[in-house]
Amino acid sequence: MKWSEFFVTGEPLIYAADVSIVLTVIGIVFILTYFKKWKWLWDEWLTTVDHKKIGVMYIISAVLMLFRGGVDALLMRAQLTAPNMKFLDSQHYNEIFTTHGTIMILFMAMPFIIGLMNIVVPLQIGARDVAYPYLNALSFWLFFVGAMLFNIAFVIGGSPDAGWTAYFPLAGNEFSPGVGNNYYAVALQISGIGTLMTGINFLVTILKMRAPGMTLMRMPMFTWTILITCVLIIFAFPVLTVALALMTFDRLFDTQFFTMANGGMSMLWANLFWIWGHPEVYIVILPSFGIFSEVVSTFARKRLFGYKAMVGSIVGIAFLSFIVWVHHFFTMGAGAAVNSFFSITTMAIAIPTGVKIFNWLFTLRKGRIRFTTAMLWSLAFIPNFVIGGVTGVMLAMAAADYQYHNSYFLIAHFHYVLIAGTVFACFAGLHYWYPKMFGHMLNERLGKWTFWLFMIGFNVCFFPMYFLGLMGMTRRMYTYSAGLGWTPLNVVASVGAALMGIGFLVLCYNIYYSARYGERDMTGDPWDGRTLEWATSSPVAHYNFAVIPEVKDLDAYWEMKKSGKGFEMDEEKLKPIHMPSNSGRPFLISIAFFFAGFGLVFKWFTLAIIAAVFIILGLILRSFDDDDGYYISVDEIKRTERLTRKEA
Amino acid sequence: MAEAAHHYDETMPLEYRTEESRLNILGFWIFLGAEVALFATLFATYLVLFQRTGHGPTAADLFEIKDVMIETLLLLTSSFTCGLAVFEMRRRRLTGLLVWLLVTLLLGAGFITFEVREFIHYVHEGATMQTSAFLSSFFVLVGTHGAHVSLGIGWMTLIIIQLLQRGFTPRTARKVFIVSLYWHFLDVVWIFIFTLVYLTGMVM
Repeated sequence: MKWSEFFVTGEPLIYAADVSIVLTVIGIVFILTYFKKWKWLWDEWLTTVDHKKIGVMYIISAVLMLFRGGVDALLMRAQLTAPNMKFLDSQHYNEIFTTHGTIMILFMAMPFIIGLMNIVVPLQIGARDVAYPYLNALSFWLFFVGAMLFNIAFVIGGSPDAGWTAYFPLAGNEFSPGVGNNYYAVALQISGIGTLMTGINFLVTILKMRAPGMTLMRMPMFTWTILITCVLIIFAFPVLTVALALMTFDRLFDTQFFTMANGGMSMLWANLFWIWGHPEVYIVILPSFGIFSEVVSTFARKRLFGYKAMVGSIVGIAFLSFIVWVHHFFTMGAGAAVNSFFSITTMAIAIPTGVKIFNWLFTLRKGRIRFTTAMLWSLAFIPNFVIGGVTGVMLAMAAADYQYHNSYFLIAHFHYVLIAGTVFACFAGLHYWYPKMFGHMLNERLGKWTFWLFMIGFNVCFFPMYFLGLMGMTRRMYTYSAGLGWTPLNVVASVGAALMGIGFLVLCYNIYYSARYGERDMTGDPWDGRTLEWATSSPVAHYNFAVIPEVKDLDAYWEMKKSGKGFEMDEEKLKPIHMPSNSGRPFLISIAFFFAGFGLVFKWFTLAIIAAVFIILGLILRSFDDDDGYYISVDEIKRTERLTRKEA
Repeated sequence: MAEAAHHYDETMPLEYRTEESRLNILGFWIFLGAEVALFATLFATYLVLFQRTGHGPTAADLFEIKDVMIETLLLLTSSFTCGLAVFEMRRRRLTGLLVWLLVTLLLGAGFITFEVREFIHYVHEGATMQTSAFLSSFFVLVGTHGAHVSLGIGWMTLIIIQLLQRGFTPRTARKVFIVSLYWHFLDVVWIFIFTLVYLTGMVM
């Protein structure tokens, strides 16, 4: 292979990206060296098994990926603003919509949600860590190297270009030679393994490590949604694992699973992909419902309305999510009976979702509402998500879907559910739980600026797309002619996209501004919260709870406050706390995964095998490792607690 | 995890005595649930593709009952001996445990030997992964099971070494118990492969 094939060449945009990547890496290395931070980086972050730090790393990665995916989106909008634009050629456009979709779902939405769940779930259930802290670190690093592997594709070897759904035969060797789609198969596989382990980890954590007295029906709603999400992960992700493995075999070893000859069946891919893919969208939306439930209840100062109905509807949605996958390809020609079945199951999902919407509305009713940034995101979610949901039901009608299918109507629909659902939830959760992560608040004024810019921009960008779809503009077209009359609405959409971009920049500025000037949270409970995470100090001590709380009610901390006791700590009752030791192995194993993946992408099997040997070596070392962790002495706990609780 | 070293419960079997062990065993059961989903997907793929043989041989052309029966007997027996190993562990007899684990390991290795021979035989007959969709799905389904068994052999070897080094501890006992769960699970998967792939393939 020649260097000119190894590195992507020929595009000014790519050269600019090369330069910026090199400069960023040099900058990071320089700063770490200049400030002598390498040891800090290794001790505090790369080897950590603390769920809170892992959560923070997930969220930082997610924000970086939001930037990458957002740049992709703005490039697409730039190309579509006017007819017959020459800004991007068709191949480049294909690559950009593929990486935009894949990154936003798998490397932005997923890690953002998983990051919040890492930080919050153990705190909400009154636990000191997750069930398997070491595995948790491995999960994160596998996700991270998967994301990095996917992200280098556009400068080394070439991006995948068959869409985020990677349908065959387009994604096969015949129509997609080159290594782009190998990146897709391998990078998603690596991060998918991490996600599956997260699912098992948190399911066991929630089932087995709740504080005494916290029965299942006293769990905070966010924890409930994570519990169900874990079940979805455990049964959906193995399907992706298999689908990607078969894709890898087809692409690297010329097997015949999805080919056009020798009995291969390309539609099998579409089925396998969506059997994972539909539960996947619920994996990112159910935790979002959980976040909104917490925020709405806190800032309406009321117990969540219809708690049991909420739980029932999450379970119902999770069950239905496995039997709707065909609605992604009604036009495949499965026949009237099959389409009818999947049409009905799809529409049925609107019922439990509607129940939830009304529960949030009734929680708000007669509440003493505080319009914080987190609350604004949650309030905006309701009408925007309903627009996405109603258009979803329109798409669910199989016969009508023949009109909407793969048009901009669909694009508008799923951006309305994914952005108004998941992205709004991530921003709400970020503002809401920020003090728990860093000990200071995000600035509310800047937060509201972000909210209004992003929320208005979002509607200006995507609402016109419903009409563009009805006017015949189809998904993934890289340009259009002037006579079609689509120009005005496309200009409007691009303006909206720019507003969203500005909103994102304000958010980034807010993170910087708040770190320097932000209000410190001395109380640990800045929002007058209801659940146990607010009973801890901000930022949270690394053992979480000096004494494990006793739970007597749903909204455990609210009940403690109302009974006048608060969460008192009796120093006499302190015992040494057992904590797991840090380990660099998850990080190093994941690096080996990166090289194994890179070897597979380029069919450099020697590299892949050497890296695989290192992976196995890491697993063997883990097996023989009998580090039992360590104890934090009572004196140290007292010192930490006095320091953080002196205000209270 | 935080309470791992406490809550030492003398009334439970050794592998269930610490909180950490109980968490790990439950987690492994859940992992097996994910494995069920993984193999179910592979079986579904195989069932969709198994009559799509293209220009290549069909299942009936290819499979021979004798080799498959030998593989089946080896693996089913190994599951039984694995059960005996855990039985010996419950009776706190280290030698018995080691002997039965070793027998299990050898039977597993025998299974893998026959399976590899079977695959080589098919390839010599011109039936490769690349020949047809049927053969792609056959090799990947049966090969995934075989890879699991091979991994199990390596894993069990590590545990035998640890038993020799450390004897019975809550930790080694838990590891034996978990690897036994894994081994029985692979046995169950094989029964499905035997019926859905081989027997069905020879009849239909």
